[in-house]
Amino acid sequence: MPIIETTQLTKTFRVPQKDSGLWGTLRHFARRRYRLVTAVRGVSFAIEPGEVVGFLGPNGAGKTTTLKMLTGLICPSTGQARVAGYDPFRREPAFLRRITMVMGQKQQLIWDLPALDSLRINGAVYRIPDEECQRRIGELSEMLALGDHLRQPVRKLSLGERMKAELMAALLHRPDVLFLDEPTLGLDVNAQASVREFLREYNRRYRATLLLTSHYMADITALCPRVLIVHEGALIYDGTLDGIVRRFAPFREVRLELAQPAVRECLGAYGDVVSVEGQAARLIVDRERLTGTVAQLLSDFEVLDLTINDPPIEETIGRIFARKDPA
Amino acid sequence: MRHLLHVLRVYTAVSYADMMEYRAEILLWILSSIMPFVLMGVWMQASLNGTLGMGPTDFARYFLCVFMIRQLTLVWVIYDVENHVVQGTLSPRLLHPVDPFWRFFCDHLAERLARMPFLALVTGVFFALYPASWWWPGLRSVLLATLCLVVAFLLRFIMQYAFAMVAFWSERANAIEDLWFFAYLFLSGYLAPMTLFPEGVRRLAEWTPFPYLIYMPTRILMGQPTDVVHGLAVSAVWAGAFFIIYRVLWRAGLRRYSGMGA
Repeated sequence: MPIIETTQLTKTFRVPQKDSGLWGTLRHFARRRYRLVTAVRGVSFAIEPGEVVGFLGPNGAGKTTTLKMLTGLICPSTGQARVAGYDPFRREPAFLRRITMVMGQKQQLIWDLPALDSLRINGAVYRIPDEECQRRIGELSEMLALGDHLRQPVRKLSLGERMKAELMAALLHRPDVLFLDEPTLGLDVNAQASVREFLREYNRRYRATLLLTSHYMADITALCPRVLIVHEGALIYDGTLDGIVRRFAPFREVRLELAQPAVRECLGAYGDVVSVEGQAARLIVDRERLTGTVAQLLSDFEVLDLTINDPPIEETIGRIFARKDPA
Repeated sequence: MRHLLHVLRVYTAVSYADMMEYRAEILLWILSSIMPFVLMGVWMQASLNGTLGMGPTDFARYFLCVFMIRQLTLVWVIYDVENHVVQGTLSPRLLHPVDPFWRFFCDHLAERLARMPFLALVTGVFFALYPASWWWPGLRSVLLATLCLVVAFLLRFIMQYAFAMVAFWSERANAIEDLWFFAYLFLSGYLAPMTLFPEGVRRLAEWTPFPYLIYMPTRILMGQPTDVVHGLAVSAVWAGAFFIIYRVLWRAGLRRYSGMGA
């Protein structure tokens, strides 16, 4: 039975419209104009317990709005959501004790106090006995390698340490459904890797379900066997990472190493030239024309080396988002 | 209930620690709220002709009480809630299985505790400068005034919290508080004792919540006869009405909350 299920989930916001300048200000004061913006339109999916699912989409695609509806922070305009058997927007305490949400840009830690004080609050609100709370703090700080940093004021922590402390606060009550909105935003490569490793371990240890948005494809490829892609509010893909390439990338990447320096203009006739560096070149070629194009390249140029791959996932997703009608 | 009390204790303790990080700011807030002492000087001077029914010492005591009660019932929750709604920082609080109301409430309690030593200091300085104004109201009056003070704080908090719900519709909810504050200034006894107001205004004010926010506890502390039962009953009715308004607006407001602005 799915732990997260949405049916035709839709959210429409009424956004005020105002022209700039004095006239615009006066007109806005006298008669307000609004525009209806559908941030999420008819999104339906189901996630089984223990799954780790990546939620992808360009800025403004509706990822965060969907997460907010699933955590009960905002009310859906139409459609339904069920999380752990609850209607999120009713915000029942039993539901809130089973979920958590980590927002990369919004923090729950108290800025001027050590993170331990915020953890103390969470221990109390989630009814965790003191001894058990201490044990969990010890366990999580070991998993996250936070050590003595928990005793420093939050404002004195580095961004990576702060995000780890946020994760601790969000997971102290050991939720079984995690909604993570850009959990590695702004972190350096090492900090990103350690957050990723921690999430993987948390999922393995507690069989928790994770729904994760990130602009870093490394997060998605490292953690998520399954991805959901939203574009302009609509769900356009639900499946494996590999499946994205099969469905949305009817082209292959051809890497060439020539005997002479490669010339972009000469290669343009064979496909999209992605890069040219010295004797090396990278082309994107339609799958249907692949065999003929490769044969032509081999006959027209002195080729030292040639490899054919699926294009990188980032590139495929970038192309999907750039299309007008990606579905 | 035991769980809620435990949560409130932890909220207050942590918030107190947070407030103590701003102790210099708290002292400055207190020093910037000396308006009652300015009014005290004006009314003491005016009372010298003996037509006001209160002497200079009475006015000194009256405005010391006004200062203390105002400090102990100060509420700014509308600014806090507005900020959290507009910035979207209400979201982490909404994710907790405890109503965000209690966190805001405990922030105020903790600030009160942090304020107390400074208030004691200001009171000490006051009596050192005006030793003639020293008086002891008696244990009964102190206990009764404390009860009225707690009720005044609760009433003021719930009223402002109800107004704060407007933040779900407007980004400037605090404008309502500014308007309300105007009535509060005149009818609470902040600017002058209610006995100096015309009879009609006084009678009308008795049915509003304002005189019970400052004037009633002040009268009790000064040992003047006060209809405490009437005051507490009117306060309870207003608190109940504002509680209902708050709950209705809260439910409706959450439907409008977008997590990033009104």
